[in-house]
Amino acid sequence: MSTIIKGIAASSGIGIAKAYRLVEPDLTVTKQAIENPEEEVTRFRNVIEDVKSQVTAIREHVEKTLGEDKSAIFDAHLMILQDPEFLSPVEEKITNEKVNAEFALKETAEQFIAIFEAMDNEYMRERAADIKDVSKRITATLLNVELPNPGMVTEEVIIVAEDLTPSDTAQLNREFVMGFVTDIGGRTSHSAIMARSMEIPAVLGTKTATTDIQNGDLIVLDGFTGEVHINPTEELLASYREKKEEYEKQRQEWAKLVDEPSITQDGIQVELVANIGNPDDAEGAMKYGAEGIGLFRTEFLYMDRDELPSEEIQFEAYKTVLEKMENKPVVIRTLDIGGDKKLPYLPLPEEMNPFLGVRAVRLCLERTDLFRTQLRALLRASVYGNLKIMFPMIATLDEFRQAKQILLEEKEKLVQEGIPVSDSIEVGIMVEIPATAVLADQFAKEVDFFSIGTNDLIQYTMAADRMNERVSYLYQPYNPAILRLIKNVIDASHKEGKWTGMCGEMAGDETAIPLLLGLGLDEFSMSASSILKARSLIRSLSKKDMEQLAEKALTMSTAEEVVELVRSIETE
Amino acid sequence: MIERTYKVIADTGIHARPATLLVQTAGKFDAEISLEYKGKKVNLKSIMGVMSLGIGKDAEIKISAEGSDAESAIQALDELMQKEGLAE
Repeated sequence: MSTIIKGIAASSGIGIAKAYRLVEPDLTVTKQAIENPEEEVTRFRNVIEDVKSQVTAIREHVEKTLGEDKSAIFDAHLMILQDPEFLSPVEEKITNEKVNAEFALKETAEQFIAIFEAMDNEYMRERAADIKDVSKRITATLLNVELPNPGMVTEEVIIVAEDLTPSDTAQLNREFVMGFVTDIGGRTSHSAIMARSMEIPAVLGTKTATTDIQNGDLIVLDGFTGEVHINPTEELLASYREKKEEYEKQRQEWAKLVDEPSITQDGIQVELVANIGNPDDAEGAMKYGAEGIGLFRTEFLYMDRDELPSEEIQFEAYKTVLEKMENKPVVIRTLDIGGDKKLPYLPLPEEMNPFLGVRAVRLCLERTDLFRTQLRALLRASVYGNLKIMFPMIATLDEFRQAKQILLEEKEKLVQEGIPVSDSIEVGIMVEIPATAVLADQFAKEVDFFSIGTNDLIQYTMAADRMNERVSYLYQPYNPAILRLIKNVIDASHKEGKWTGMCGEMAGDETAIPLLLGLGLDEFSMSASSILKARSLIRSLSKKDMEQLAEKALTMSTAEEVVELVRSIETE
Repeated sequence: MIERTYKVIADTGIHARPATLLVQTAGKFDAEISLEYKGKKVNLKSIMGVMSLGIGKDAEIKISAEGSDAESAIQALDELMQKEGLAE
């Protein structure tokens, strides 16, 4: 009988392989009196020799498979294993205090670790980590327990861990890793991001994976549903093998579309672009065939730090993205903080309804100092690519005019200072407030483009907090009311010769894409890994047919009817 | 016993790579080689000993060697210091 555990589907795909536990064994050491210190010293020396050969073997293997920069760490470990200042205090302790080697080592290592950790030099602090690693390996060998050696994996495995840190994954030979299962973590944890960039399936946050799964168990990992099957039945295994093969085949088909245009059967071209959260994501976006960046969230620059990011730090980040995207359009959204996102160094008053309070552009117009810094950085970066600037949470034309005015002032200042600024920066707004969607015809006269933020537009239109599960049934992207708002925005932009994009979850949704295409959406911005799938779908549809479909959808009365309508064309 | 004193001129002091190089070089000789800084003496063949001194720029350090190949050891270390611009 097979066991199923469930977690969060964090990276799509099916993984089938034996489990490899990347779990720390129990290395608890107790103090023990020993009779014969001489024998204990000999045991310690033998273990050191043993560990030296273990580390040498790992070093060689890692160098061969992953290269010298990954194996260098083991040279540092070997040096510690040969270090008389490290080894003799242990031996002295064994001899003088008549204690077991494990305990003598633990005390000695702790002393050194404390010395190195106290140093105000990053490099020295890293050496503390080396000492920890080496001591761990010596202790494990003394205790006769096996440590996981991710660097030595030589067959296909599914990695089972509590959580995966960058140092855990650095030594993995990616070729053999067929998937990740972890106890903790979610869609945005390191493990998830890693899995998606390696294009392997991952199920995270199962809570019990490391207790339920033993080394060598056969694991079937479903990165679509979040299911993990431990030692599945033959029948289940066969059906998953088939699913996996099908998915692989489909992916290969999708991969052929990387450099192909996103063009419908009847020759209408749209743009498929990526949502990114930091400059490194730009590479992944290019790899998945993104035709640009539809939403670069700049919040990462402000998070995880103790003070506001300087103009210079921001400039570098924006420049990097623009350069990596090689002149493809890059829409950068100005700071969207407030609501559920807070900054430790920017205390904001508590609000009854933070989502209806001072967030995004409202905050920027209040705190123009930080807004101006960001705009200057953006303007300076503009000469390195095709930059478009987007203001979030615009509710009135006056807000847009104020924001644009500040932008123009900063541009003028830079020009005065003799700093080059691009003259062709488009300036647009996010449409996420119903008032803006309704009045789109007026906005369209002044903005260069719209980008519909569906997550917020839906929450504000339905008056349903998207953090509140009890009203989650009201999160209805296919509700005809939402579709009519979207139509109004797109039509208004086209009337003025402008364009409309969408950067919410909806833009990458298989059910929504036919409708959005029919409504005339020009740009679809989604997570990079959804792009090829969306492109394949768009290339199979005819714009004309989708126009008819969308027209029908607009006259429906419920979201369910709309979904049914779209499904009916899929099964045709 | 042969002794030699130096003043550290490398900006980063004797950290990281320089420390590793010194230890590796010292390890090639049989002589007992030690490094002294601020009255604390450590084995120059020990990476942890050397690094635990936390030697920064402008530090006055003393290297001493005792044993059959002490002279060539000091010479090799001296060359290394010059070549790497560690001390004068």
